[in-house]
Amino acid sequence: MSARVTLSVDGRAVAVAAGASVAAAIEAAGVAVFRHSVTGTARAPLCGMGICQECRVTIDGEPHRLACQTACAEGMRVETAAAGGSRGVGR
Amino acid sequence: MSAIATVDCDVLVVGAGPAGLAAAGAAARAGAGVVVLDDNAGPGGQIWRGAGAGVAAPDARAAAPWLDALEHPRVQPLAGARLFAQPAPGLALAETPAGPLAVRHVRAVLCPGARELFLPFPGWTLPGVAGAGGLSALVKSGTPVAGQRVVVAGSGPLLFAVARELKRHGARVLLIAEQAPRGRVARFAAGLWRWPAKLADALAHRAALAGVPYRTGSWPVEALGGEALAAVRVSDGRRVREIPCDRLACGFGLVPNAEPARLFGCAIAAGGAVATGARQETSVPGVFAAGEAAGIAGLEAALAEGAIAGLAAAGAGEIPAGPRRARERARAFGAAIARAFALRDDLRALARPETVVCRCEDVTRGALADQPGWRAAKLHTRCGMGPCQGRVCGPAAEFLFGWGAESVRPPAFPVRLESLAAAGEVPPGGTEGP
Ligand SMILES: Cc1cc2nc3c(=O)[nH]c(=O)nc-3n(C[C@H](O)[C@H](O)[C@H](O)COP(=O)(O)OP(=O)(O)OC[C@H]3O[C@@H](n4cnc5c(N)ncnc54)[C@H](O)[C@@H]3O)c2cc1C
Ligand code: FES
Repeated sequence: MSARVTLSVDGRAVAVAAGASVAAAIEAAGVAVFRHSVTGTARAPLCGMGICQECRVTIDGEPHRLACQTACAEGMRVETAAAGGSRGVGR
Repeated sequence: MSAIATVDCDVLVVGAGPAGLAAAGAAARAGAGVVVLDDNAGPGGQIWRGAGAGVAAPDARAAAPWLDALEHPRVQPLAGARLFAQPAPGLALAETPAGPLAVRHVRAVLCPGARELFLPFPGWTLPGVAGAGGLSALVKSGTPVAGQRVVVAGSGPLLFAVARELKRHGARVLLIAEQAPRGRVARFAAGLWRWPAKLADALAHRAALAGVPYRTGSWPVEALGGEALAAVRVSDGRRVREIPCDRLACGFGLVPNAEPARLFGCAIAAGGAVATGARQETSVPGVFAAGEAAGIAGLEAALAEGAIAGLAAAGAGEIPAGPRRARERARAFGAAIARAFALRDDLRALARPETVVCRCEDVTRGALADQPGWRAAKLHTRCGMGPCQGRVCGPAAEFLFGWGAESVRPPAFPVRLESLAAAGEVPPGGTEGP
């Protein structure tokens, strides 16, 4: 129940409850902007369920992963717009 | 050419929400071998998201007997597996963390649920603005909201469930703004005695939300902020109030996820739901649909339809009267919701010419204004051509401009290149009896 996993978001370590999504870890790390749109505006999760694609970040080096549908794993490396993850890439 | 991992089953169930769980359980108990695909990391669908993982608590007890279906020896659940193509009858392709997977099946039950209807208004792309069910889903998966000020807005009884979930996680819910007028909401509430389970839900929500203002005839007109949300402006048609807040949770009802059924070639009914008959059969032999993809009517309908579809897909002759009656009762509830929470015309005027409608391609309302229809808009503005493939802006454009949706081409969902390559090299499909 209270098991925790530790991962890094933009280089900063965060601990979240086991079972939490990457989207949750990003916000727990205090990051509000997940990515930038094709015209450069700030974006964050909208649908929470794998539809809108606004939560895309880079996970363990792989870009465009859905933060809302990916469960956190021990040692995972997550990069948001701030670290250049999925920056300005619309498709 | 590498061979693709392949599994065989009698019944493929797409979606492990209430409808899919009910279908899987019913089909397995009737003797069928079942594979259940769901693109989430865990089962439960929207309402029971996280119930298995212990992240979400209150619904876990209601979910437990249904989640048991996944423990049945004839059921093989596959989490994190997203259906993306159906290259031949009896053959479905899914993308999984371990790579593409082919599922050969004799019959299929499609239970992909619904998504929220999002309508564009100035500021709706700001971080901090999410769907209503959307924020609830995020919170169920661990997104922190403790101590944050949240405005819940949009339409439908889902707003109560959302506000309650947020409050349970420590958020300060400042207001629930319901766009439907007071009279219609009051009539809906007065008729709730016909669905005792829903009445009990409503009373429990009310008790849990004591002190949270619920305002009918109110809707958000603008979200304000720089890089993130700072305040929301809410109108009641006469007056606009500005409410400083950390989050806005806003959804205007639900839209059936019809894409998987379109992939299978199933006919879609007016209103966007998958067309189904008395046994939940679709227009394609051997393919069934259940739950909110087949019509928005809530949990009880999803469970009843799932059970019926599961039995039918397993080849059962007679469908018992119990689930048939439950389905009728629940669908009447869905119809009552549709009447009570129909959307007001004012919402069509929220987006300004410079307001983004298609968030993937940043296409504004102004750019769409001169387009004669959806197809032309896609061609000339790239509206609906981005990664969400029109699943957000399509229903919005339908509401704003009256444009009809159109068929999908595989992949209906963004997939990795290796998965696409897999679509070209799969083994021949299973067989389908009439
Ligand atoms: C965001 C959201 C939040 C909601 N929250 C609540 C709530 O708190 N309380 C409430 O009473 N009702 C809620 N609802 C309403 C809810 O839809 C119904 O109550 C009920 O969950 C419907 O059951 P279902 O089985 O039809 O669909 P769902 O529960 O939506 O289950 C469908 C499942 O199919 C999966 N899926 C979809 N497409 C694919 C694919 N291509 N491949 C693999 N899997 C796929 C989905 O990820 C999902 O897990 C919510 C709806 C939404 C959209
Ligand atoms: S928040 Fe919409 S896809 Fe992740």
